[in-house]
Amino acid sequence: MTESGSTPKPDNADKSSQPDPDQPNSEDFLKNATGVGSSLRQALLIPALALLSALVIGALIIAVTDVDSLKLWSSDPGEAFSSTLRGIGNAYKALFVGSLGSRRAITETLFAATPLILAGLAVAVGFQAGLFNIGANGQMHIGGLVGLWVGFSVSAPTIIHIPLAILGAIVGGALWGGLAGLLKARTGAHEVITTIMLNFIALFMVDYLLTGTLFQAQGRNDPISKRADTTAQFPTLFDNYRVHIGFLVALAAVWFVWWLMYRSTIGFEFRAVGANPDGGKYAGMNVAWVYVAVMAVSGSLAGLAGANQVLGLEPYRAFSGFAGDTGFDAIALALLGRSHPVGVLFAGLLFGGLRAGGLQMQGTAGIPVDLVLVLQALIIVFIAAPELVKAIFRIKSVDDGAKSTVSTGWGS
Amino acid sequence: MELALSGITKQFPGVLANDDVNLEVSGGEILALLGENGAGKSTLMNILYGLYTPTAGEIRIDGTARQFDGPGDAIEAGIGMVHQHFMLVPVFTVAENVMLGNEPTKRFGWLDLQRARKTVREISSRYNLDVDPDAIIEDLPVGLQQRVEIIKVLARQANVLVFDEPTSVLTPTEVVGFVEIMNGLKADGKAIIFISHKLTESLELADRIVIMRRGRTVAEVTPANMDEEKLAELMVGRPVDLVVNKTPAKPGEVVLSVENLVVLDDRDKRMVDGVSFEVAAGEIVGIAGVQGNGQTEIVEAITGLRPSLGGYVKLKGEDITTASARSIHKRNVAHVPEDRQRSGLVLPFSVTENIVLDSYYEEPISNGVRMDWPAAQEQATRLVEQYDVRTPGIDVAVSTLSGGNQQKVIVAREFDRDVTFVVASQPTRGIDVGSIEYIHSQIVGERDQGAAVLIVSSELEEIMALSDRIIVMFEGRIAGEFDSSATRTEIGLAMLGSRPEEITS
Repeated sequence: MTESGSTPKPDNADKSSQPDPDQPNSEDFLKNATGVGSSLRQALLIPALALLSALVIGALIIAVTDVDSLKLWSSDPGEAFSSTLRGIGNAYKALFVGSLGSRRAITETLFAATPLILAGLAVAVGFQAGLFNIGANGQMHIGGLVGLWVGFSVSAPTIIHIPLAILGAIVGGALWGGLAGLLKARTGAHEVITTIMLNFIALFMVDYLLTGTLFQAQGRNDPISKRADTTAQFPTLFDNYRVHIGFLVALAAVWFVWWLMYRSTIGFEFRAVGANPDGGKYAGMNVAWVYVAVMAVSGSLAGLAGANQVLGLEPYRAFSGFAGDTGFDAIALALLGRSHPVGVLFAGLLFGGLRAGGLQMQGTAGIPVDLVLVLQALIIVFIAAPELVKAIFRIKSVDDGAKSTVSTGWGS
Repeated sequence: MELALSGITKQFPGVLANDDVNLEVSGGEILALLGENGAGKSTLMNILYGLYTPTAGEIRIDGTARQFDGPGDAIEAGIGMVHQHFMLVPVFTVAENVMLGNEPTKRFGWLDLQRARKTVREISSRYNLDVDPDAIIEDLPVGLQQRVEIIKVLARQANVLVFDEPTSVLTPTEVVGFVEIMNGLKADGKAIIFISHKLTESLELADRIVIMRRGRTVAEVTPANMDEEKLAELMVGRPVDLVVNKTPAKPGEVVLSVENLVVLDDRDKRMVDGVSFEVAAGEIVGIAGVQGNGQTEIVEAITGLRPSLGGYVKLKGEDITTASARSIHKRNVAHVPEDRQRSGLVLPFSVTENIVLDSYYEEPISNGVRMDWPAAQEQATRLVEQYDVRTPGIDVAVSTLSGGNQQKVIVAREFDRDVTFVVASQPTRGIDVGSIEYIHSQIVGERDQGAAVLIVSSELEEIMALSDRIIVMFEGRIAGEFDSSATRTEIGLAMLGSRPEEITS
């Protein structure tokens, strides 16, 4: 009955007839931040600018923590300036060399990226269906543990043993994720709350199980598991390099998630319910079932990431908290990748590169590896606040392709 | 008191919402701003209210140019706005709402509620706006809530009052009361601008009518030498057929029968309380009533979206009371939902994806596992053509289409089958006249092909124009049944819950 913009919150308003660039809609934050349904241009532009912004702020952090150069400012500002620049240059050079500068660096990047990609896909699938799965961590623990159990309790040749262990991890993760979906479908419990809580349950349940006879390594009293059979350990792709077939699994998962979301019938339901649950219900979709299915798929991908952590690297054992922070970094990854599987792949490679390069940076440039975490966090802050990035780079409206201008300077 | 907008231009990225618009209004005058959705009326009013900054042009009050950087400046300058969706805090009292944003205080910042109450009483007695200052907003009917909005504006000494679609939420009787209020304000020397897309009320209420189309003012007329047809032509830009052309109904066998239906809403309130009616093949039955009297819940219960507490819904004799939405859809039931953006469409999805939104799981679109996108695109291309959906392409997001074209996407999707029963809620809400014409003709077309049709609308004109039989809902019950010869007054009274016998007495 009205044109939108006449009221801050139009109910049945005709959104198309009146673009309203003056009023960013904060309610659509999750949709904006996750980038579901955004155009390719926007999907690429904001993450790229976020990365650039993060690197600039990272440089400032390096500059202000460079004590030696700071001391020079009073006596020799010129030297101080060039010394600071050298510091920043060395740090970023080391970061680059450590992630892409050699065959070892590249394989280390791929190695670090593997679990990140898988867990990132898990979170992205949730985002696409409108669910915020914070439980990738718990699903990794459960999936990894089941995969490991198959890895040491079953005797089979590699060609059977590895797929079997992977299947176990998928099932374990799917069950743990599906549980949160079931709680949402049956009782309306919000998945953010349930997945966070299920993380704790998974973490401590794994600790408990690791001290039981089923899992605990012989002759040990601490929570550490038996070692996976060599037939279940993921073979490396090249001799002397750590990257293993898990990376190929991750690539396959990227393709599978793409196919699932954009080509399969169930993926259409996922996306429809994610974009508009009322619309999904009206169209005859079983929204409750979709929630369970999405969380199961999401959990299975996280389970794969978990398997990667026990079957893909030394010591091929599960220990307390073996999944690390990957399940949480996955949220950042999914945001950075705009919830698109290919985006997640590249985001995973970027974060993998930062991991691998961070160690080099610490070794050769003396910059603590923690800077990498700061960079990651900054990227996410910028991704989550696209308006901020647009303001910094003076982009009027990214949707309005033709008129967008990207100034070359930083906040000039 | 003179307000003049001159040369107002507002450029949004890609859209010229206002293009050199001129508008004048003086005290003691009622000006109707008429135009279709998207014509730029609201943009213009938002500029006047300081919500947008115009790209070019100026606002003059009594000859002085003014610049508004926000609603605060506009209020200061004596401009008041009554929005279509009221800006009231539901759990606050009338007095609290009126003082909100402009709270009178005693010493040490204590709220002076007493003074606020007094202000409300003074204004309500002066303008005949009878409202209890201590009533809680959410307990008040919509008509009274609107009065509170008016009092709020008057309490801030507004001299120019802007009403955005003021009658769209009111019952016919409330409209009568509203007209009196408007005339009282006019007599007091206030300048009034009301935004509307309704022809009749513009003719009845206004001293002058300014018509906007595509961001420009295309005509300025006085009601005296105007009629609805001419007005519609100016508004749309071409001759418009205002009457729905249809032949008398030839009802066949009963298709839908509803018996003693009881439905609760989400808060377990009995919204439908023992309703029975039938719809036969080849007839259009209209459900009239002020919104919120159970119409929404009836439709949801019939289409399987909401469980019913008691009673039966039968489709061609088959009990579908507990059937799922999908199984009802499979029985060739077409459903045009009341809110296309909330439930009828998935806005970020493409036209194609929306076209297959309820057939995506079956042949030929899917083999159960895999989507056949080429087949879906073929179907979308065909329907876009057949149902005259104006879109740059089938791959653009449906959110970029106009309201009328969005509604056509839904109609195309729902009617492109051998439909036995059509249920359409608010089928033409908020869409342009051209699309209204088209959708009405499609609905009549379905009837003529032998479908049973149930229409729900809060626009009485629409119900009267389309229906062969009219049912009036009031507080969850049927308050009257009429044939198509019933008068506006009879139906209007039933909408307020008066029984037919009370009308005659």
